[in-house]
Amino acid sequence: MQNSDRILLEGVTRMGDNTLILGQRLSAWCGHAPVLEEDIAIANVALDLIGQTKNWLSLAAEIEGENRSADDFAFLRDNREFRNCLLVEQVNGDYGQTLMRQFLFDGWHFPMLQALSTCTDDRIASIAQKSLKEVEYHRERSGDLVLRLGDGTEESINRMQRALDLLWPFVGELNQPDQVDIDFFTLIGADRALTIADQYKEYIEPIINRTALTLPADVPARKGGKQGLHMEDFGFLLAEMQWLQRAYPGAAW
Amino acid sequence: MSVELKQRVSVDEVWQWLGEVPDPEIPVVSVVDLGIVRSVDFSQDECVVTITPTYSGCPATAVIAIEIEEALRRRGLEKVRVQSKLSPAWTTDWIAQSGHEKLLAYGIAPPQNGATCAGGLVVNAPAACPQCGSKNVEEISRFGSTPCKASWRCTDCLEPFDYFKSF
Repeated sequence: MQNSDRILLEGVTRMGDNTLILGQRLSAWCGHAPVLEEDIAIANVALDLIGQTKNWLSLAAEIEGENRSADDFAFLRDNREFRNCLLVEQVNGDYGQTLMRQFLFDGWHFPMLQALSTCTDDRIASIAQKSLKEVEYHRERSGDLVLRLGDGTEESINRMQRALDLLWPFVGELNQPDQVDIDFFTLIGADRALTIADQYKEYIEPIINRTALTLPADVPARKGGKQGLHMEDFGFLLAEMQWLQRAYPGAAW
Repeated sequence: MSVELKQRVSVDEVWQWLGEVPDPEIPVVSVVDLGIVRSVDFSQDECVVTITPTYSGCPATAVIAIEIEEALRRRGLEKVRVQSKLSPAWTTDWIAQSGHEKLLAYGIAPPQNGATCAGGLVVNAPAACPQCGSKNVEEISRFGSTPCKASWRCTDCLEPFDYFKSF
């Protein structure tokens, strides 16, 4: 494989693994959300993310050129081969924690897709353009609900603050491009992705400032997912997601 | 295109047949009404239909491809290929006026103000309640029974309804 393809494969796999793992986490809410409208909303967001995953991981498989499919990528890779950031693999917790995780992810996902949608690789740009329209709705919903619950009752404020404190350390990995990200963005001419942390701040802070919530002071970023070093719960997530293909290889509808 | 096929079938005819293929989730509108069919071409003696998904994860997309293939085979086309294309991304602006009318008659408020309103610059809201016509409507949720719809309610007749959201 050429070096440029190796960079593309890594970058595209990161995009697809983020949407896959968050989609998988969100799917667990189906039938369990506190109100019917939110049950439907979470399931719809999960569906969008899984659909985007199919596009990203199909492209990853195409770049890899080993005759694998998006399904092979999702169901037959092992723990260390996944490139999602740690934020998306965090457990659902209560509804507030799931919502905060979504808010922190959408705030990154939207400007990232914007940056990729004008890149020089047509395949990446068209997946990003398609996803962007969907993610616009995700971001509208999570922003709106964080505003309401972060400025709601004492109970809702406490829960949202707890979720923010818990998840904030994982934002740094999402936000700060490492060398692999920088190589990827540079190769495809997605310059705006290099300053994603600034765009993130411009979106997140005004919303948090309108609530009773406080952004945690400087905390060390928890990293590793992008390099394949995941946390304990990730193994359980994979076991649930992959068991059917592991137990019955090649099973199909 | 083979001479024989050319004499038998025109591209316009294929479009007409596709206009009778219903959307699997909203059967009152066709896949052509929704703007899902992007092009019809003949390559040699093969009919190539290019479709685009509405939403990345819409489960109807796979069904639509099968239904198109079956519909054209029933009309006697032997070689049919349905291919999917992501770019340019599907937008509700491609839904024909006839589609708007059919949606409304079915009880789904058609998309308003063009796709650019999804960015929040213009209000992305139904024009009126599809049941009683009142303009007093409010949003229940940005998401609904399918990826393309949002849930709204009428504050006059109190009926909830689907809004085919601008996208």
